[in-house]
Amino acid sequence: MSNVISKEAVLVEEAAVGAAAAPSLTGGRGRRSEPRGVRIKEIKADRAFVAVAYVLLTVFLLVVLLPLLNIVASSLSSPHAVSSGQVLFWPVDITFRGYTEALGNPAIVRGFANSIFYTVVGTVISVAGTVAIAYPLSRQNLFGRKVITGAVVFTMLFSGGVIPMYLVVQSLGLLDTRWAMLLPNAIGVWQVIIAMVFFRTSIPDEVYEAAQLDGASELRILWTIVLPLAKPLIAVIALMYAIMQWNSYFDALLYLRDADLQPLQLVLRGLLVLNDMGGGGDVSEQLRRRELADLLRYSTVVIATVPMLVAYPFVAKYFNKGIMVGAVKG
Amino acid sequence: MTLSVEQAPRVEVTPRPRQASNRARFARSLRRYWQLYLLLLVPIVWFIVFRYVPMANAIIAFKNYNPIDGVWGSPWVGFDNFERLFGNPVFPRLVGNTFILAAYTLIASLPLPIILALALNEVRLRFFKRTVQLVTYAPYFISTVVIVSMTILLLSPRVGLLGRTFSFFGAGQVDLLADADFFRHIYVATDLWTTTGYSAVIYLAALASVDVSLYEAAKIDGATRLQKIRHVDLPALMPTATIILILGVGNIMAIGFEKAFLLQNALNLSTSEIIPTYVYKTGILNANFSLGATIGLFNAVISLVLLLVVNTVSKRVTGSGLW
Repeated sequence: MSNVISKEAVLVEEAAVGAAAAPSLTGGRGRRSEPRGVRIKEIKADRAFVAVAYVLLTVFLLVVLLPLLNIVASSLSSPHAVSSGQVLFWPVDITFRGYTEALGNPAIVRGFANSIFYTVVGTVISVAGTVAIAYPLSRQNLFGRKVITGAVVFTMLFSGGVIPMYLVVQSLGLLDTRWAMLLPNAIGVWQVIIAMVFFRTSIPDEVYEAAQLDGASELRILWTIVLPLAKPLIAVIALMYAIMQWNSYFDALLYLRDADLQPLQLVLRGLLVLNDMGGGGDVSEQLRRRELADLLRYSTVVIATVPMLVAYPFVAKYFNKGIMVGAVKG
Repeated sequence: MTLSVEQAPRVEVTPRPRQASNRARFARSLRRYWQLYLLLLVPIVWFIVFRYVPMANAIIAFKNYNPIDGVWGSPWVGFDNFERLFGNPVFPRLVGNTFILAAYTLIASLPLPIILALALNEVRLRFFKRTVQLVTYAPYFISTVVIVSMTILLLSPRVGLLGRTFSFFGAGQVDLLADADFFRHIYVATDLWTTTGYSAVIYLAALASVDVSLYEAAKIDGATRLQKIRHVDLPALMPTATIILILGVGNIMAIGFEKAFLLQNALNLSTSEIIPTYVYKTGILNANFSLGATIGLFNAVISLVLLLVVNTVSKRVTGSGLW
């Protein structure tokens, strides 16, 4: 790991050199002759500056928060209030109608169940696959390690493309099966790299030596020593995979025709983007349906987002670490 | 991505001669680590089946693929598919759209996370700081479908918050999504909304690693906060920003299918049709596998070349490349 660490150190050093030179220039302008006046001026400037920072951050906060608030408020409002555009950031005529409608919609419920299945099973497969390749490749004495690592990383730089991949899935007979959602993108190279870096940096060689002296087999070392030590890593990559699975729709769009297999995201796309609400009925019926459809869009957006957003505050800490591993490598 | 990393050699239980043939070394490694090789087996098969076989399948770009003869049995046609592609009047616009959209996204998404990180770094109120961070980071967890749905809902001239605001200011019932001129702005704006908080984390970490003595030195030299940012913080962020920019340029043709496809409609197609969406339509929807694969291959090769060039240039200029 020395390489990576030294690279980071160099970056910091570069920064330090660049920065150390600069302030002394500003200090050398002979302002010292009037320390009192300058001091007061600086405090004023700094105060204004901090105020600007607060204002900026508030703007950032609002820009992210207000659209979300509008969506949530709309989802809790009456169909008529939504359709006539009365809702701002607080529900009008509070009702849970949007949610009862959504949860009474068989397509949405089925999509939700499918998404949970794909996310849980897919994450297990992905994490197992990632550990299975990253752990052996992190061991220094394994012959062929560099070649295999190179071959794995190369897939990040060059890919066959969508159509050739489709042909593979087709020839394996996976089209319109649940496997099509679980297998084609099971292992992410980025996650493999993160895992390799983790194993190499956080498991000291002495651990392996001690275990070997005690006569533990390689798989036993992995299972009883390395994996328990790798819990934070597993949390990070499991999360990354879970979020990817929950949010993905492209694979489903490509490989699944059968409505019974479609994940929530694809159902949502049907509801929201394609405006697919089913027709029929007389004018007042259509109007009522349209109002309800407007409301349903808002509530399904919330339903599709909540599982990830609820998990998010608990995992944000781990997630940041995961990004940082990537950043250091970058 | 530097994976060949030196480490102190591990102590071997049995001493071995320095120079052994590869075969002998493999045999010994296999004897000792057979369980690890066993573990590797399934993922390696996966990489072959789902990564390397598709690369091989890409040769249908040079064939006239038909499902009966399969990838290997279909007749060769040389560069016919490429000639058809380059001769297609849609093609220049396709490449242009892809490039402009990606470049616009890349350039627009560089400064905002830096500004957010710098501002967060200046604020001392812990609660406020944490709230802003938590909230701005959150959109990263929201799926593309939901982001696009929200965009459509918000921009809807009938029910949407923004759509109604525009109407309020006398623009009449404008549907920005139906306007080809606005597609790129909408795409980039949603991108910024989604990724700014996430990207800021990386810059915040870079700021956290700045040596405290630099700030002290700056303080003694009488630097204002602005000067501190200019002469301490920004230089500290430069290497990170450079790497992110390089990565972005290398990935410029790899811009994703998902959002562009969802934001697309018949009215904004002149700017929103990019290579990945066109591949999907030609290859999957129209079942023209060879032409779809040709465009995909063209894109993959351009991407690879870009990445190699950018990496080389970056190594020359900044001394740090991706590998």
